[in-house]
Amino acid sequence: MSEHIAAISDIAAKYDNDPNRLLDILIDVQAQERCVTDDVTRQLAQQVGLSWADIHQTVSFYHFLSETPRGEYTIYLNNGPVAIMQGYEEVAAAFSEAAGCSIDSVTEDGRIGLFVTADIGMGDQEIAALINRVVFTCLTPEKARALVKDMQEGLSVQDMARKHREYGDGNNSLPAIHSMVRNNIQKAGPVCLGPYEVGVALRKCATQSPEDILSQIKASKLRGRGGAGFPTAMKWEFCAKAQGPERCVVANADEGEPGTFKDRVLLTERAELLFEGMAICAYAVGATTGSLYLRGEYTYLREYLEQVLEQMRADNLLGKDIAGKAGFDFDIRVQLGAGSYVCGEESALLESAEGKRGEPRNRPPFPAQSGYRAMPTVIDNVETLASAAQIIDKGADWFSNMGTEESTGTKVLSISGDCDRPGIYEVEFGITIGELLDMAGARDPQAVQVGGPSGHCLNADARDTMISFEGCSSAGAIIIIGKQHDLLAIIDNFMEFFTDESCGSCGPCRSGTWMLRNTLRRIRQGQGTREDLTSMRQLSEVMKKTTKCGLGHTAPHPILNTMDNFPHLYEALIPEQSDIRVFDLEASIKAANAAVGRTSASKETREKEEEQL
Amino acid sequence: MSETIETSSETITLTIDGQEIQAKTGQTILQAACENGIYIPTLCALHADKENGLKSDIAPGTCRICTVRVNGRTMAACTTPVAQDYIVENDTEELNDLRKTIVELLFVEGNHFCPSCEKSGSCDLQALAYRYQMLSPRFRYAFSSREVNAESPKLLFDRNRCILCRRCVLAITTEDGKQLFGFTKRGDKSGIIMDEELVKNISEEQAQQAMHICPVGAIIRKEKGFDTPFGQRKYDHNPIGSETVCTTCNGEKS
Repeated sequence: MSEHIAAISDIAAKYDNDPNRLLDILIDVQAQERCVTDDVTRQLAQQVGLSWADIHQTVSFYHFLSETPRGEYTIYLNNGPVAIMQGYEEVAAAFSEAAGCSIDSVTEDGRIGLFVTADIGMGDQEIAALINRVVFTCLTPEKARALVKDMQEGLSVQDMARKHREYGDGNNSLPAIHSMVRNNIQKAGPVCLGPYEVGVALRKCATQSPEDILSQIKASKLRGRGGAGFPTAMKWEFCAKAQGPERCVVANADEGEPGTFKDRVLLTERAELLFEGMAICAYAVGATTGSLYLRGEYTYLREYLEQVLEQMRADNLLGKDIAGKAGFDFDIRVQLGAGSYVCGEESALLESAEGKRGEPRNRPPFPAQSGYRAMPTVIDNVETLASAAQIIDKGADWFSNMGTEESTGTKVLSISGDCDRPGIYEVEFGITIGELLDMAGARDPQAVQVGGPSGHCLNADARDTMISFEGCSSAGAIIIIGKQHDLLAIIDNFMEFFTDESCGSCGPCRSGTWMLRNTLRRIRQGQGTREDLTSMRQLSEVMKKTTKCGLGHTAPHPILNTMDNFPHLYEALIPEQSDIRVFDLEASIKAANAAVGRTSASKETREKEEEQL
Repeated sequence: MSETIETSSETITLTIDGQEIQAKTGQTILQAACENGIYIPTLCALHADKENGLKSDIAPGTCRICTVRVNGRTMAACTTPVAQDYIVENDTEELNDLRKTIVELLFVEGNHFCPSCEKSGSCDLQALAYRYQMLSPRFRYAFSSREVNAESPKLLFDRNRCILCRRCVLAITTEDGKQLFGFTKRGDKSGIIMDEELVKNISEEQAQQAMHICPVGAIIRKEKGFDTPFGQRKYDHNPIGSETVCTTCNGEKS
């Protein structure tokens, strides 16, 4: 027992018992102990100087932290939208049957824990799962059974992965990654995936003044690639002008939007470009501290990213007097997330990086004024920062000549779902949905989900819609949904996602998400009314107007979009003269029946049930 | 999370519902409205006064019922600072309907049985339901199963009535800033938890304060309850928001 206490104590000490590093501490404890028990929470509370309640609230927030053991082998099976279209149910059943435990539970011997998780950024190679942080892709029921056998025999997760599938292409096969994940780069554009030589941009940067750098970014008209499209130069200027002894640059690599996986590929193939972009931003705003917030799902990339950082330090591209420029000091550390979609929201990301629950902050102050540990902070998407580095190397004109008037440059898109060529496409802004569908080999789809669940659900009329900030803006996820699928089942999956991922802090989001989900479910079960449609619209309006952050503002989109673009789906489910609420007697008294040991309410149903028995 | 609000002394002018008012920079719209006798409903933000013992105003920004329109955009009045020439809409049909919906959502999310609740008559949620004339919520009840915690010697914590406003989380702390209450989980599984060790040793004053600042009847002092009898409480005769000064400061604004 005392050894055990010492082990926990060592983990906390590794992070200087700093409450700001609580998330790192908890992630390490979880990896070692397979859980963060109450006792451990109490011990940590003593050690880092917080209360039990304070630490518990962080532990209970993250999907990959748990208070009960999650098994020697913890399987997180992805139940994102593409997975449910491509056979998630069968794979889940195979895992569950072979392991002998149901979803959300651990086998009796504590060996295998089976859990689900929202999209893990592998939409182009579903069905995917994480087993002890190692990614497994292209799973089938047979493969699931084979993996369970390996686990029962005690194979290491690395050996399981090697047996299962060979290493992926590009850097995925490097020893520091050694992953079966494939890049699936279908179209490499000129900016993020174009020709690139390490260090050129940063050395050019160091010969100019910060103002020159800012003016080039401004001239390029670069806008944030995370979806909102805020002008990057403006964000950098706000931070540069803010008061503070120290400034910070954070790269947001928490791409949690189901269907998005472009940052996964950029981190694998263009890590140096991203880090150069961060250093250039740091130079422009006068920052010395840098952090890459890497989503927990991408833990498999951490070792490689640390290696790249180390090499860049050795090459004088990070650290002190970067590129020989006296006083240009900047370094980057990797901060892991632990499973939370809302942490992609910039202020929630900062809270998380500070070791707290990843809840959006009340604004003002904005991160540019007071961000990570109160430092004026720039938070940009991975793709934005990588683009900035190329702009400094190749020029603002080169960049702004691509794309459209309002949306210059390229966009890296993640295309998945029902198409022949899922994967990564770097295209100029202004491309139409129709062109994309043709490129990816998608024939006659039912719907195209642009920008993931929070984006837009488009129908066949949308072929001419442009991907751009002035047209249809997104962080890059395009999910193609064929006619063979029940679209409302996918919308249900989205609403379940939002219900679970809402941080719970603001009331209209917390209760609005489950209310929308429950109403949709009732309609799907044939118990909806016209009144339900009106009430979903009203509630969506309230959420858009009153919730604190983007999650609450956009969570109603799946429902609103499908009511507008696919009204026939709802019409077909709602009985003609259903002004009064449809009531399912059997379902409503199920619990009461169970309590008194009666099988059913009506004689008729009872007789039917008896017959079946 | 921004917890406390500091103000400076520079004076600016803005309008709320057409009425021109003076405010200090750094103040929130809610604070400025409160000082000028304009009522904006709140369930989470709380003005510090002698009775509640808060050292400074708190604005968790969780309930969103103070949503106003600022130059056309909807914002939470409790977390939005004032600025020169802001045009704020507050008491409008649209906003009051939003507020009514928020009250309705809170009613269906938890299990609120006013007739059997100790807080009846001084409960902000109940009072707002009356103010917005909620008859029957338009949404279906969740009938959620919530735990009642009576383990602490001084406090009874009834989660059925909790609206997760976080006043207790922010305001009830030890002298060195450790939280007695915390927020657990997320999404539809969110809840408030207590640090059993710390709550076991809570002082009489803090126990009283916790009960007092709770806008509903979720935190009750054991064996004490409320002194004022039913029928003579804050909202029994004067509906919430009916006073010329904001009810959150009970006219005691310093």
